[in-house]
Amino acid sequence: MSGPLSARPRVGLFVTCLVDLMRPSIGFAAVKLLEQAGCEVIVPAGQTCCGQPAYNSGDRATAAALARQTILAFEGLDYVVAPSGSCAGTLKAHYPALLSDDAAWAGRARAFAERVHELVSFLVDVRKMSRVEAAFRGRVTYHDSCSGLRELGIKQQPRTLLASVAGLELVEMAESEICCGFGGTFAIKYSDISNAIVEKKTANVANAEPQMLLAGDLGCLMNLAGKLKREGRAIAVRHVAEVLAGELAEPPIAVAN
Amino acid sequence: MKPTTTEFKANARVALDDAQLQRALAGLPGGLVAQRTAARARLPEFEALRDVGRDIRDHALAHLDLYLEEWERNATAAGATVHWAETAADARDAILAICQRAGARTVTKGKSMVSEEIALNGHLEAQGLEVVETDLGEYLVQIRGEVPSHIIAPAIHLTQDQVEADFRKRHTHLPKDRVLIEAATLVGEAREILREKFLAADVGITGANFLIAETGSTIIVTNEGNGDLTQSLAKVHIVITSIDRVVPTLEDVSSILRLLARSATGQEFSTYTTFSTGPRRSGDPDGPQACHIVVLDNGRSELLGSELREVLRCIRCGACMNHCPVYTAIGGHAYGWVYPGPIGAVLTPSLIGVKQAGHLPSASTFCGRCEQVCPMKIPLPKLMRHHRETEFDQGGLSWSYRKGLALWGWLALRPRLYHLASRFGIAALGAAGRRRGSFRRLPFATGWTRHREFPAPQGRTFQQLWAEHRAGLPR
Repeated sequence: MSGPLSARPRVGLFVTCLVDLMRPSIGFAAVKLLEQAGCEVIVPAGQTCCGQPAYNSGDRATAAALARQTILAFEGLDYVVAPSGSCAGTLKAHYPALLSDDAAWAGRARAFAERVHELVSFLVDVRKMSRVEAAFRGRVTYHDSCSGLRELGIKQQPRTLLASVAGLELVEMAESEICCGFGGTFAIKYSDISNAIVEKKTANVANAEPQMLLAGDLGCLMNLAGKLKREGRAIAVRHVAEVLAGELAEPPIAVAN
Repeated sequence: MKPTTTEFKANARVALDDAQLQRALAGLPGGLVAQRTAARARLPEFEALRDVGRDIRDHALAHLDLYLEEWERNATAAGATVHWAETAADARDAILAICQRAGARTVTKGKSMVSEEIALNGHLEAQGLEVVETDLGEYLVQIRGEVPSHIIAPAIHLTQDQVEADFRKRHTHLPKDRVLIEAATLVGEAREILREKFLAADVGITGANFLIAETGSTIIVTNEGNGDLTQSLAKVHIVITSIDRVVPTLEDVSSILRLLARSATGQEFSTYTTFSTGPRRSGDPDGPQACHIVVLDNGRSELLGSELREVLRCIRCGACMNHCPVYTAIGGHAYGWVYPGPIGAVLTPSLIGVKQAGHLPSASTFCGRCEQVCPMKIPLPKLMRHHRETEFDQGGLSWSYRKGLALWGWLALRPRLYHLASRFGIAALGAAGRRRGSFRRLPFATGWTRHREFPAPQGRTFQQLWAEHRAGLPR
């Protein structure tokens, strides 16, 4: 299935609902990077959301139904790649558990999970990409989103590729591995606590004095961009794929056109 | 202790506004967290040991009945009296009866979370007994009329200024002009006062970190030595513990102890690790005349056969709370019952019910740091999710949340309709937010916009743009 590197694998892009709705430019950046990595990109129309809102709210039945829908939508493709550690984590780490007591689907969920990757780790670990043709002049800091970091082990891969971006200086913020306080519906249900957490995060971001903050998950980025803007801090916020693909025409997150 | 878990949101708000508490909590990352990180770095086999620890605990729990019986046989043979307590009330009654039979007036206590769970102090005090906590943190919490806010550092919510003020208020027999600036002088004052209590105590109550089946021993792991004075100076020693504490052998407990202090405080070993096997034997230089061990169930045996079983592996190190973004934001009291932090978010609903404590497992971002640091590799987020599922199945959550979720789920399972609907919805939202790039206020997400801007969408969905792209249209 994975074939030699020279082969042109067929990669299904799991767009993620947030990228689909909020910031499609991340999706196009992902497509560009995947094509640069020698992949043929397919975007199944039968996908919607990975099911996390239901799964994390305790609605297992809806989450399982969405898992089955997603698995079906990506049938026959070599890989499933998502520009999000959180959604990829759900597909890879949670679908098998979610469908484990469904005899007809347990095996399919496991086989599906094998093919799932988060975008940047796929480029580096599977496609052996070590550099990109992109430029950004300035100081950048990177937030390690929780699911990507802890469920999928994404830490070095984005830094490896960012190091190859011409003119880019990566500065590490303090506590880059600590949650930004997003947590999906947590940010709305427990907004006061979420706010206390994101305040610590934006203080750490600001202390690193970057021009731009990057991460691999749009949920975290919306939270961080929204907070930085409310605090009046002029730090651009983008998905790491936008910088790696050199797709910077759209304004940063939460910035007017 | 009467839970205030249903008031979690209000509790959290109070905690967030408490400047003193926030100052105290700010010390955690540079304190216990940094110390654990350093200790882990000094022990190359730390991660491998976690697997060993998990397996030992799993094995013990899988054969809990056998190991408890073996432990009881050996403890009894060593001269201890074992009392099985199915409920908190059973345990309280058993302990009170032992105190009364001993004619006790003063009872000293070492640190014990199980005693908090059964609300022991109030029960004994209501019968006229003087109960004195001898762990410094527990003592501070006791004189303030509070409960512990952390399972190993009960007074972590306090700053030194507060301790000084409390001592001046409480210890009125001491000179008013005494100097209490340094931590050492505060400790010295507490030591003076507690020493008298140790000597006056008729009964000493401690917890137990572990029970060892092959020897019938109990273990306490402490740093202050107060537990040892508590259990060896009084005539009667009572251990209050729970059924999940048993491990098979000394060898097993040695492996687990290598993880415990490192995970808790970053020490390689705690200052005192005391193994007790029965009361004083003839020829022993000291020790209690009688030793009673009260072993509480309080719902744990129900967990044993359930999907929540893994929570019983917990060795109460507190690493999960030290590393939790929610705990470090609000502290332990906001959780509203005995066990705070991620372990509390799993244990509390397990013991007092999801109906009562549903907020606790919900108030997590699922960042996973707790599971990452847990020495027993308890999958805390998974177990919190299990509670959320129970809550959902029992019809919990607000009506509007359920309806919203149901509508979203219905739509998300109809991709064509979903893509069509989202196209229109996003076009409208995008148009409304284009000028500013974000929303200052959104009616359906006020929780979000109270504290931060909501970024405006770019205005068209990826699926829509991709379809156009495929049709050869320019983006």
